[in-house]
Amino acid sequence: MAEIRGLTGDEAVAYAVKQCDVDVVSAYPITPQTIIVERFSEYVANGEVKTEFICVESEHSAMSACIGSSLTGARTFTATCSQGLALMHEMLYIASSLRLPIVMAVANRALSAPLNIHGDHSDMMGSRDCGWVQIYAENAQEVYDWIIQAFRLAEDPELSMPVAVNLDGFTITHCMEGVEVLEDEIVAKFLPPRKPLYTLDPSKPITVGAWATPEYYMDFKRQQVEALASAKAKLLEVTKEYAQFSGRKYGILESYGMEDAEAAVLCLGSTAGTVRAMVKELRARGEKVGIVKLWLYRPFPMEELMESLRGIKALAVMDRACSFGAPYGPLCSDVLATFQRYGLRIPTMNAIYGLGGRDVRPWDLSFLFDEVLKIARTGVVRNPVVFLGVRE
Amino acid sequence: MSTSSLFEKRAWKDLPVAGIIPEPGTSTKYRTGDWRTRKPIIDEQKCTNCLLCWVYCPDAAIERTPKKVMVNYDYCKGCGICANECPVKAITMVMEAI
Repeated sequence: MAEIRGLTGDEAVAYAVKQCDVDVVSAYPITPQTIIVERFSEYVANGEVKTEFICVESEHSAMSACIGSSLTGARTFTATCSQGLALMHEMLYIASSLRLPIVMAVANRALSAPLNIHGDHSDMMGSRDCGWVQIYAENAQEVYDWIIQAFRLAEDPELSMPVAVNLDGFTITHCMEGVEVLEDEIVAKFLPPRKPLYTLDPSKPITVGAWATPEYYMDFKRQQVEALASAKAKLLEVTKEYAQFSGRKYGILESYGMEDAEAAVLCLGSTAGTVRAMVKELRARGEKVGIVKLWLYRPFPMEELMESLRGIKALAVMDRACSFGAPYGPLCSDVLATFQRYGLRIPTMNAIYGLGGRDVRPWDLSFLFDEVLKIARTGVVRNPVVFLGVRE
Repeated sequence: MSTSSLFEKRAWKDLPVAGIIPEPGTSTKYRTGDWRTRKPIIDEQKCTNCLLCWVYCPDAAIERTPKKVMVNYDYCKGCGICANECPVKAITMVMEAI
């Protein structure tokens, strides 16, 4: 029954979107996302989907078209990355503030300058406060499964919130893997037609995006904060149901070796695979190490993260982006803020890695584990922020 | 504050989702008069009912009655154009009491 296809991460996105019976796709090509919309435009040209594909002149227009489309109640998808996501930035806030369940694939790529087309998380991290639900996938299979779940989550009638599914540029987008795909009917059953929170309908006029005075604006933002926070519980419902349809169980985070770990590494995306392999190797040598990978980055899963890190003596947080001028990279800042909120004092170091597609090699991780194990033994963080693999 | 009754004194939880305005024609419920810092006062002794203020008011806040004009203070923003245009200087702008 289960069919396994050879798909790159980008192709896995396009295939999932095809099965999700999307009404409108509006996008602008940018490496390494291009193959997503290229494949999808082939489905449109071949008449394999009923989707309206709106070609636009920029990513700013792409997201604007998606906002208009989603307002009419249409199931809407786009994909972008890097400079394209940056150009979309202001529209991202409008999509989330208007509670529009747009799904977007972000093929994570570095930001210029210097020009670089390879993978890192600078793009999404630059827009991490935009109010979207943000998910990071580890491989093509996860990308496929998350795109389908993303529509269901985004369109949950109580949530109605845009969702970004992140896949590392090239490492995932361009690598072909065996992806177990669902039958079209199964996806259709899992993902019923969208029931919009509100729509633009000339027979029942409403105003959208109206002016809010200082007396009201803040109350709307308060509402939005709470709405996004509720995405966590919804995600658990969606992943539970998806497991029944697919046999694959997702959630908020995934950990390995954490039952008795003294030192742990926390990361997002494709690097988790390399870290897990390293954890297995070190555990075979008797080292008590573990890995936690977040699937859900926004809303930030504070409780679940604290639960998974309970009992460890040292933590290394891997950030594939710089937060220039900040004390730590973005993920590490979130983790330390969470420790503070829960009254925890776990000695923590931050590793900035993989910028502009720099490979994270086993010996880079071996250095990182040496450091974090040293911290676990001594309780002292000698180097709070390290740059993995940078030539000194 | 005299703002739209749609949103009046509602806590954040009770506001329309996503800041939408769920029905049309609600601008009449929004009393823009509270933007005003100066208030036009018409001296009925001097007023000749020439209607120039009625013509010039950008907010249609001057209302006609058979014998005289009146200011609708719910919508008058206090711009002072009426006082400027009045040929007999029957309108004076006075500071709003705080």
